[in-house]
Amino acid sequence: MGLRSTYGAATLLGALLVLTMIAALFLGYAPLGMAEVFQGLVGQGDERYVFIVQDIRLPRILLGAMVGGSLGLAGAAIQGLLRNPLADPSVIGVSSSAGLGAVVAIYYGFAASSAVIVPIFAIAFAISAMLVLVWLAGKDASVLTLILAGVAISSLAAALTTLAMNLSPNPFSLNDIILWLLGSLANRSFTEVWIAGPFMVAGWVLLLLTGRALPALSLGEDAAATLGVDLRRVRLQTIFGAAFAVGGGVAVSGAIGFVGLVAPHIVRPLVGHDPGRLLLPSALAGALLLVLADVGVRIIPGDTELKLGVVTALLGAPFFLWLIIYTRRTMR
Amino acid sequence: MIGVENISVSLGKHAAVRNVSMAIGAGDLVGFVGPNGAGKTSLLRALLRLVPVDEGSIFLDGSDITGDQPHKHARDIAYLPQGQSVAWPLTARRLVALGRVPHRSTWENLSAADKAIIDKALEVTDTTQFADRPVTELSGGEKSRVLLARALAVDAGVLLVDEPTASLDPYHQLTTMEALKSAAGAGSAVGVVLHDLNLAGRYCNRLCLMHEGKVVADGVPRDVLSDENLARVYRIGVRRDDRGDVVVDRRLNDAS
Repeated sequence: MGLRSTYGAATLLGALLVLTMIAALFLGYAPLGMAEVFQGLVGQGDERYVFIVQDIRLPRILLGAMVGGSLGLAGAAIQGLLRNPLADPSVIGVSSSAGLGAVVAIYYGFAASSAVIVPIFAIAFAISAMLVLVWLAGKDASVLTLILAGVAISSLAAALTTLAMNLSPNPFSLNDIILWLLGSLANRSFTEVWIAGPFMVAGWVLLLLTGRALPALSLGEDAAATLGVDLRRVRLQTIFGAAFAVGGGVAVSGAIGFVGLVAPHIVRPLVGHDPGRLLLPSALAGALLLVLADVGVRIIPGDTELKLGVVTALLGAPFFLWLIIYTRRTMR
Repeated sequence: MIGVENISVSLGKHAAVRNVSMAIGAGDLVGFVGPNGAGKTSLLRALLRLVPVDEGSIFLDGSDITGDQPHKHARDIAYLPQGQSVAWPLTARRLVALGRVPHRSTWENLSAADKAIIDKALEVTDTTQFADRPVTELSGGEKSRVLLARALAVDAGVLLVDEPTASLDPYHQLTTMEALKSAAGAGSAVGVVLHDLNLAGRYCNRLCLMHEGKVVADGVPRDVLSDENLARVYRIGVRRDDRGDVVVDRRLNDAS
């Protein structure tokens, strides 16, 4: 089978990811050579190099991989649960709710008091949105209810976000909100890694645990239940897993779209369509995509750095359109 | 063995199954027949606890499983729902391998025994030749045979199958019935919903004729498929050919 195995693909993607992350250490406004980067990493030599490598580049690269991995993994799990190749964390309202939480934190000025406030608000809003979703969807949620509830929650979150911007007390917080909504990894520190990291890791564990149930769900909910899949549990695992992983990610990076949609599609040619085997490769592909996109943002010359969320949306939206046409043709 | 005692099921306000008692023993191939909306599918779904029962009990090998969730007993009861769709373009072999899910722990690979069971399920449903093709590329009939193979691969003591012959050509209708018969011959309790009365009469050792949510006749095919029963339940007049098969002759418009 060669590459068409999960482990083969995961190894390849993992190796590519590590190489890309190492390469990313060398790229940025300050041109650093091999020696300077190495000195910076081990914390010796010129203080400026240590600062650039350890405080600017390393957290940015790590967060890129973690956020991208969260989005890729959540996207694959949600697509598997909803049996829909067009599903994405934003479809069930996680991303926009987390975004609203962060905007509320910035709007009321809480964000100024401590760096931990934005992630905490984002995760809290993602979780409460998911609780509303579970409550709306009820005991025996059908996929349709789940999607419609997600659309409703997304719309509400978007409406409240624009309301906050509309009523924004001063131009500075409006500016903050807009910049944050564009999505970026610039100027992030290890504080963000430590605050959001545990939530993301908890989300990854929950999402990876759905791996056994997702293949059986290809046959539909009734057949999956008779194959021993506890539907209620797999739904809750996916919902809470996505809320933790994406909520934590959105809190540090702002709104970054389409990675969760694109990553599973990139790995399907490598590992096939089995939704359980897609999870790990999809997480690695998401991480790779976001680190690459962030490198792109940093090395594209210009006076204003492009925002990461703008780049992923510019690349992702046409892909989404192509995907609709493609799936209409092949997945009837 | 699986059975129900005095169960009633309602779908919304409509009583789909009314006070039914019946059982399928090991080695039995029981056909559920009856007109559209008679409650056959609802009865199967009730046996699997996929619909809540209003009253009555469900038994599996002597124990009461009425309150158990649908995902319990996955190793003991295999189910093939009606007209199933497959979400992803998985290969036929991978799809059939899903039948082994209840028998394996999370990350365990298929054992040689699992693989032998999968190969056999592909063989008896005559699907080996397209085992490595994505099911989304198969015809409707080919896909339903692969899905039947998936249910057979569970290798459970109870096999419940809803209209497995609906989209099949005559040759594969016979293959399918033979596969079910050999599952029963190997000791499984098999229940199958069928619309082809002659296929049901020829292969099943017992038929359950359902009408308006009730079992109105339960016994050997010849007795169940009597002219009177068919007239009353199906509102058809029949003739018999020289092997005793039913030949539908006319509609009976008079309700009496």
